[in-house]
Amino acid sequence: MRPLDIVVCLKSVPDPRAVGAVTLDPRTLMVKKEGVPRVISPLDKNALETALQIREKRGGSVRVVSMGSAGAAENLREALAIGADEVLFLSDPLCAGADTLATARALAAGVRYLGRFDLVLCGARSFYGSSGQVGPQVAELLGIPHVTQANGLEFIAEETLSISSGLEVGYAIVEGHLPLLVSVVKEINVPRGISLLGIVAARSKPLRVVTCADLGLSPDKVGLAGSATRMIGVFAPPNKRQGRILGGPAQEAVRTLVAELRSAGALPMLSAHGEGG
Amino acid sequence: MNTAEAMSSRYANDYRGVWVFAEQRGGRLLEVGLEILSEARKLADRLQTEVSALLLGEDVSTQAGELIAHGADRVFLADHPSLKHFNPDSYSTIVVDLVNEYRPAILLLGATSVGRDLAPTVAARLDTGLCADCIAFDLDEQNRLLQIAPVFGGKELAHMLCPVRRPQMATVRPSVFVKREKEVRQGEVVLVDLSEGLVQSRIIVRGVFLEEPPDRPLGQCETVVGGGAGIGNEEGWRLIRELAKVLGAGIGGTRPPMDEGYLREDQMIGQSGVTIRPRLYLCVGISGDIQHTVGFEHAGTVVAINRDPKAPIFKVADYGIVGDYREVIPLLLDELQSAR
Repeated sequence: MRPLDIVVCLKSVPDPRAVGAVTLDPRTLMVKKEGVPRVISPLDKNALETALQIREKRGGSVRVVSMGSAGAAENLREALAIGADEVLFLSDPLCAGADTLATARALAAGVRYLGRFDLVLCGARSFYGSSGQVGPQVAELLGIPHVTQANGLEFIAEETLSISSGLEVGYAIVEGHLPLLVSVVKEINVPRGISLLGIVAARSKPLRVVTCADLGLSPDKVGLAGSATRMIGVFAPPNKRQGRILGGPAQEAVRTLVAELRSAGALPMLSAHGEGG
Repeated sequence: MNTAEAMSSRYANDYRGVWVFAEQRGGRLLEVGLEILSEARKLADRLQTEVSALLLGEDVSTQAGELIAHGADRVFLADHPSLKHFNPDSYSTIVVDLVNEYRPAILLLGATSVGRDLAPTVAARLDTGLCADCIAFDLDEQNRLLQIAPVFGGKELAHMLCPVRRPQMATVRPSVFVKREKEVRQGEVVLVDLSEGLVQSRIIVRGVFLEEPPDRPLGQCETVVGGGAGIGNEEGWRLIRELAKVLGAGIGGTRPPMDEGYLREDQMIGQSGVTIRPRLYLCVGISGDIQHTVGFEHAGTVVAINRDPKAPIFKVADYGIVGDYREVIPLLLDELQSAR
């Protein structure tokens, strides 16, 4: 079995536990990131773990490509400490305000810049509630096929992966030949932590910081300028509800509630059988 | 408008029609496709243009009539054994080829596991914009599609445009729109020419194993009872389940009980979970994080039960009862059952 060159697309994101602290700059409509703690996007850690496990079996390399602001460097060093061999970090103000297509263009350019690759891995979504669009777009721009939502994978031949791809209820078993991009979900593995040895080893591993010019990306293809979509405004979601508190003793409040719901026609026909759960 | 934009808006004017990807699984149309079809119909009527549905699968020709009855003027039917299951490679090739030939102005897809895979692939190959998880659409004064989607955990709603590139693409989650009643309508079915090359794929789908959802999907429940971090233990969840049973309700909630194993992922309501639109949503022990509340914006009546009078949930509920659910739910059960 020949060794494989694997690239992991990794994103540093605001800590999901602190996502409430992320706000928009009302003037530029861009995310204000200052002061929000950052972590490696949780599912990207699963992607890195998948890559490390394959490297353990097959040999080869695990390299990370990331795009972000300078604040992400710490998380990328963490990726080296976890076990990646090398990081290519595209950090360029030109990339600010990128939509998924402009992001994918930048990441695809980063992957190409690294040279030969067999497999590209990424998390299925960047952080909770996000769209998961970047993975398939990177694959598309690299001209390789992709499989999303992988919750398990194995090599069934030297160049062929069998992948379990999750659906809402159920899963698909699909096969793809290298080169391939696979996006993974958290069920695929349990990411390893950082060891002291890893931290020491990370110091001598390369973390290359590059700009768009280095990758041959023209300014009109990246960031806000390279985005096909435009955010033209934001507003608070409307609230049509009254927030009427039913006071008094609980018994009385409950009685009022049921009477109100009944007269509003909001109560279902009561039966002994539920819809399940 | 600068010259480049003026030129490209002429370019954009070559694109007409509203398209909907009508996803099927196991030969059955997904509700989300019909829901989006109803919204596409409204947009197309305002734009004075046609609605087309894309139907890819094996032996699905009978579903084409269904799509017409639900609002499509035209159905592009790609019927082939190799299209029985979603395949990112062949599906995207077929959709991209159709878009290049017929040039729709708008292409909408359900934000399902399949739509979330197909939409970005198609958008990247067409080099156009894609807005994820829209909850509403509108048209601006130039008849461009205004795409409204929650951002930052639902704290704010963004208005998005795809000003230059076409088609304007968006995904929509299940239960955001309501499907139209079926009507007797005329429509055209266009058989998509599937030369062998078109359905050749670099990805092989060996099999799809659909599991029956254990309950009715939450998005389709008329009544939903939701629990949050405030429930805390098995005893509490037993009360929630009892209330749900009496109301014939589906059970959902927030992230913490899912993390604790009381709920499955498809029972989590909100920005990162499912959208519900029941006639009655009763939420218990839920503080009212915006992340959760965006998931029930379209609910009819919302009732909140929470111990903390300052909980933000009370502001987005129609009725609130401040109290310990362990006291309130048994009283509610009594009241509901005595009045039966």
